[in-house]
Amino acid sequence: MPEYRWPEMSKRKVMGKRLNRLDGVEKASGRAKYSSDLNKPGMLHGATLVCPYAHARVKSIDTSAAEKHPGVTGVHVVSPAGTEIQWAHWEVAFVAAETELAARDALKKIKVEYEVLPHVVHEKDLNKVQSRAKAAGEQIEGDPDQALKEAAVVSEGFYGIPVLEHSCLEPHGNVVSWTPDNKVELNPTTQAVTSIRGDMARAVNVPVANVHVHQDHIGGGFGSKFQPDRWGVAAAHLSKAAGGRPVKIFLDRQIEQVIAGCRPSAFARIKLAANKEGKITLWESQSWATGGFTGGGSPPIPYVYTRIPNQRKNHSAVSTNTAPIRAWRAPNHPQASYLTCAAMDDLAAKMKMDPLELFLKNVDLTARADTYERQLKKAAEMAEWKKLWHPRGDSGRGPLKRGLGIGVCTWGGAGHDSTARCNIHPDGTVEVELGSQDLGTGTRTVIAQVAAESLGLRVNDIRVKIGDTNYPPSGTSGGSTTVGGVSSSTRKATLNALEKLFEEVAPALGAPATELEAVDGKIQVKGNPAKSLDWKAACAKLGVKTISETGQNIPRDAPKEGLNTGGVGGVQIADVTVDVETGIVKMNRIVAVQDCGTVINPKTAESQIYGAIIMSICGALMEERVLDAVTGRMLNNEMEFYKLAGIKDVGEILVHLEIDEINDKRGVIGLGEPPAIGGIAAIANAVANAIGVRVPIVPMTPMNVLNTLSGRMS
Amino acid sequence: MAPALLEQPAQAQTPAGVLGPGAVPVTLTINGKPMKVSVEPRETLLDVLRNKLDLTGAKRVCDRGTCGACSVLVNGKVMYACTILAIDAQGKQITTVEGFALSGGRPHPVVQAFVNHDAQQCGYCTPGFVVAAKAFLDSNPNPTYEQVKDGLGGNLCRCGTYIGIRQAVLEAAKTMKGGSNA
Repeated sequence: MPEYRWPEMSKRKVMGKRLNRLDGVEKASGRAKYSSDLNKPGMLHGATLVCPYAHARVKSIDTSAAEKHPGVTGVHVVSPAGTEIQWAHWEVAFVAAETELAARDALKKIKVEYEVLPHVVHEKDLNKVQSRAKAAGEQIEGDPDQALKEAAVVSEGFYGIPVLEHSCLEPHGNVVSWTPDNKVELNPTTQAVTSIRGDMARAVNVPVANVHVHQDHIGGGFGSKFQPDRWGVAAAHLSKAAGGRPVKIFLDRQIEQVIAGCRPSAFARIKLAANKEGKITLWESQSWATGGFTGGGSPPIPYVYTRIPNQRKNHSAVSTNTAPIRAWRAPNHPQASYLTCAAMDDLAAKMKMDPLELFLKNVDLTARADTYERQLKKAAEMAEWKKLWHPRGDSGRGPLKRGLGIGVCTWGGAGHDSTARCNIHPDGTVEVELGSQDLGTGTRTVIAQVAAESLGLRVNDIRVKIGDTNYPPSGTSGGSTTVGGVSSSTRKATLNALEKLFEEVAPALGAPATELEAVDGKIQVKGNPAKSLDWKAACAKLGVKTISETGQNIPRDAPKEGLNTGGVGGVQIADVTVDVETGIVKMNRIVAVQDCGTVINPKTAESQIYGAIIMSICGALMEERVLDAVTGRMLNNEMEFYKLAGIKDVGEILVHLEIDEINDKRGVIGLGEPPAIGGIAAIANAVANAIGVRVPIVPMTPMNVLNTLSGRMS
Repeated sequence: MAPALLEQPAQAQTPAGVLGPGAVPVTLTINGKPMKVSVEPRETLLDVLRNKLDLTGAKRVCDRGTCGACSVLVNGKVMYACTILAIDAQGKQITTVEGFALSGGRPHPVVQAFVNHDAQQCGYCTPGFVVAAKAFLDSNPNPTYEQVKDGLGGNLCRCGTYIGIRQAVLEAAKTMKGGSNA
């Protein structure tokens, strides 16, 4: 069996290099075809009818006029009479037609009668939702009552973070054909090429082997794109009804923003206590959140500083008449980081203590004291903490107030189950095939780098083939597990194939296969370049055979193999300026110190961190789902008033990725999620530092900042 | 009520020469070539490009003139294709990303700079940014860092690729013109 361990850091030739992503030109030139770009022969277009009420029962539905509309091939009802609808924009029916306009016109001819029922959509005030709140039961550690009595300082606060919408730029949807031979061809936009095949097969009741999935690119997922969803299944039925013609359904933005993915809110009243040195002794929280009608959403608090000796926690899940949550880049962690770090920052302010000192003094309450101590100090140095930090509110006399704040993160990120296949052809062509997907994280590129490193080739010598269920199964891209999984399976598959190639070439080189190595495009006797064959000549020895070998990453075996692992920490410090006359928060800078393992491509890894921080800036300052209490509908389900940051809004971002020999020995660890956690906390604390008071509710929009300054917010 | 405001007379007064409401043939000049296509008057240029001409570099994201993912050049100026009716685009020079991003297989300097600075992740907003960046550099060949931030304010990215985009536009300015402010 080959030695799978990663080559030593100093000996790597392709891994660890700042290479451009392989599909960069294809994407930037507009040539890349996303599933939403497909125009297949005979393709029909679908449109989606949704319910305008947040809670209603369908009394009757009449599709006859829509069916007769010119160009319509079928109407598929998913909410027949009797259906109880639990959130606005719930799907009622889908129409397929020759053109998109015909499908939309036909939608208007579907007559639905609803019995409108009472709804609850807001969860910010727990007292107003009592019957919809489900208490999880009190959790106690240590002796919180005694700790409260003995405390030198007690700090109390209320904090809240709203529901956010994923807002993937490529809306959810797919092109599906279900042909008369009972075969289903699915072009989705998904984070789960391999598993969506089985999900679709079950949903339409055909054998899994009859379903083929292909996706070249995905325009954003962030945790919201795993399932075929109602529109996928509807498209399949509409295709079948049209004799197997492909049906394309992608959601309109107005629907996408409401039902295709949101993350839970989190609200909490938190009490922290400390002794007079600033050692935290008590955490008490009454928290609540909504995960939509089906519940869910419980932030893991206290976060990172989990080992506070005395704790009392009560959490309630609030069911509202809103669309269900979906996983969002580090589920529940940004909320937990915000609640915890804001409460700690307020404790420091109450003690007139530097929060950096408080975060440092309590690192023994974390699971990685050394890591957080090192990172806090490094981040403080990069953020010029000593020079720029000042006691809360002590920020000069003009209207522009500058402040700094800290946020922390933790995440797993070990590799998922993944199988790769490596084919070495007699002409020297190398293919690496996986049923995986590249979310824009650079998955294709890291696969090529690992394969090239293992085979002694360059990335351009490797043909990476992903996004198709004809390739071996690979896990879903969630939990930052993709890079660990695909790099490990690719490493094993390529080395297994290379071992076979050595056996074929050994006689020609007059040495046993075990004495050969692949270096710089050659197969040679170890340490003896004089006895070598170049790659093409070596592969020619295969005659008419193609080597095809697989390699698998099995999560439970991965720790002992050392190719990937999980568990990272990180610290971010935000530097903001707040105009107390307008309430506008301007980002000056965020610094991020991020723990990591083996980094295969530092360039794309840094891009993950930049992107994660920018997503945090959006969440801290702009994004918010706004619901109307009376109608229960979302008011900003578009992109003008569902605010995302633009290129001018994000300030400067400094990234320090802790790439070194020690971290490298841990193997590959996923990086998509950890840097997306601490930013909101850091920005919230920086704003408090700047203006002297806590803006209790995120986002820190001008309205919320001004309301806080004028005492209109609790 | 004045007759013109009533439904029937209003319809009756439709002036001669107005097209629609059904599909009508039009000729659009796209990437320098005349293209004949049948469109309904209410169809946006974006939908016609994507659904009828298979020019899918421009993406439909917000569909309401906010995000810039559908950016095209109309007579050299950057515009959102979702806010233009296809029939109104007749007689104008329309350039899509496909019209300049690759020539003879060689990437345009803006495209290459985006790749060099990893100014994209999922890539769905990227062609729109590339079009906007080209238009910006055509009229601001020597931009400062601050001008780049203003000049590309009409496009949104959800993956958060702005740091790379800023650097990419500065590099493209240099390679396109040998500018000195970068």
